[in-house]
Amino acid sequence: MRTLEQTTQEVIDLAAKHFQLPAGSLAPEDDFFKKLGIDSLQTLEMLSRLENHFGIELPDYEVQGVSDFKTLAERIQSRL
Amino acid sequence: MKSFTGKTLRWEWRDGGLELTLDREPANEIGTAMLEELEIFASSFEALALETSSCIIASARKSVFSAGGDLRELYHQAASVPENERPKGIRSFLKRIHAVMNAIDAAPFVTIAAVHGACLGGGLELALACDIVIADKMARFAFPEMRLGFIPGFGGIPRLKRDLGNAVVRDLLFTGRTLNATRAHAVGLVAQLAGEGEALRMARSTAMQVAKYDPVARAATKEFMKPIPREELESEIDIFCELFARPEVMAALKKFVEDSGPMPYLP
Repeated sequence: MRTLEQTTQEVIDLAAKHFQLPAGSLAPEDDFFKKLGIDSLQTLEMLSRLENHFGIELPDYEVQGVSDFKTLAERIQSRL
Repeated sequence: MKSFTGKTLRWEWRDGGLELTLDREPANEIGTAMLEELEIFASSFEALALETSSCIIASARKSVFSAGGDLRELYHQAASVPENERPKGIRSFLKRIHAVMNAIDAAPFVTIAAVHGACLGGGLELALACDIVIADKMARFAFPEMRLGFIPGFGGIPRLKRDLGNAVVRDLLFTGRTLNATRAHAVGLVAQLAGEGEALRMARSTAMQVAKYDPVARAATKEFMKPIPREELESEIDIFCELFARPEVMAALKKFVEDSGPMPYLP
């Protein structure tokens, strides 16, 4: 079972890889909308990547209002 | 007409196969301009029927098959006419889009939706009119209409009910949530799951396979397997128009149109 820290790091690594950012440039408390500059369609794409990576379903309404990696990781962790 | 290039889409016929590509910025929203070109597309079916075995519908836009109906256009058009004339305008639009969807649904060849990215609302309704949905593993499907106070209006509920169990239909409608491609495949919405960026290639391969079979048997199978739920489609238009006449809908549309947040398409 992953720890929350591990899940958070995997979320950050996945985002950094997909958006081609240096691994150390993202932090758990970062606002990913601002940091990644993503729009709604890219957000959906990111959601698919996260679901495929963690093998879970993450309903949109559970991540509505979530904008930082750590809280996003908490939502994922609750479904692992 | 064997090829066409319009403002929102294009198609080409080659070796018995049609390929329709949606290409309207930013997200293939289906408004009046796309409707007009889809009508031209559907009107070409009869002439092409005898020499066509398949039709692929795909998107040229990155990250999206179609975000659905053009809600901005819908709002601005509705806002520009007196309140009591709004249902008449929307009914006319819905009847036209239903005619196109029904033509695609009953097309005299096998229709294949090659889906990548977001496939929402009217975009999902277009995919559901096709015989086979092939989806990239990054595709996502949703009916987010209820967040605005109405229902899918391009034939979505009757066609979803035709293909899927009621439990999944209710989940999709009442939550407005997006289903990922794996889940959509598991519930039977998607026929074939493709790797990332592979949906169109798989659709072309499928089109080559269906071309091998006898066209009369193919047409008979389609008519037998996939009846158009005409009565329910008519009811859908009535329900949509009734819901659309409420001030709550215009208020929700206004909020949506003015929303500049990063997640306006999410419920």
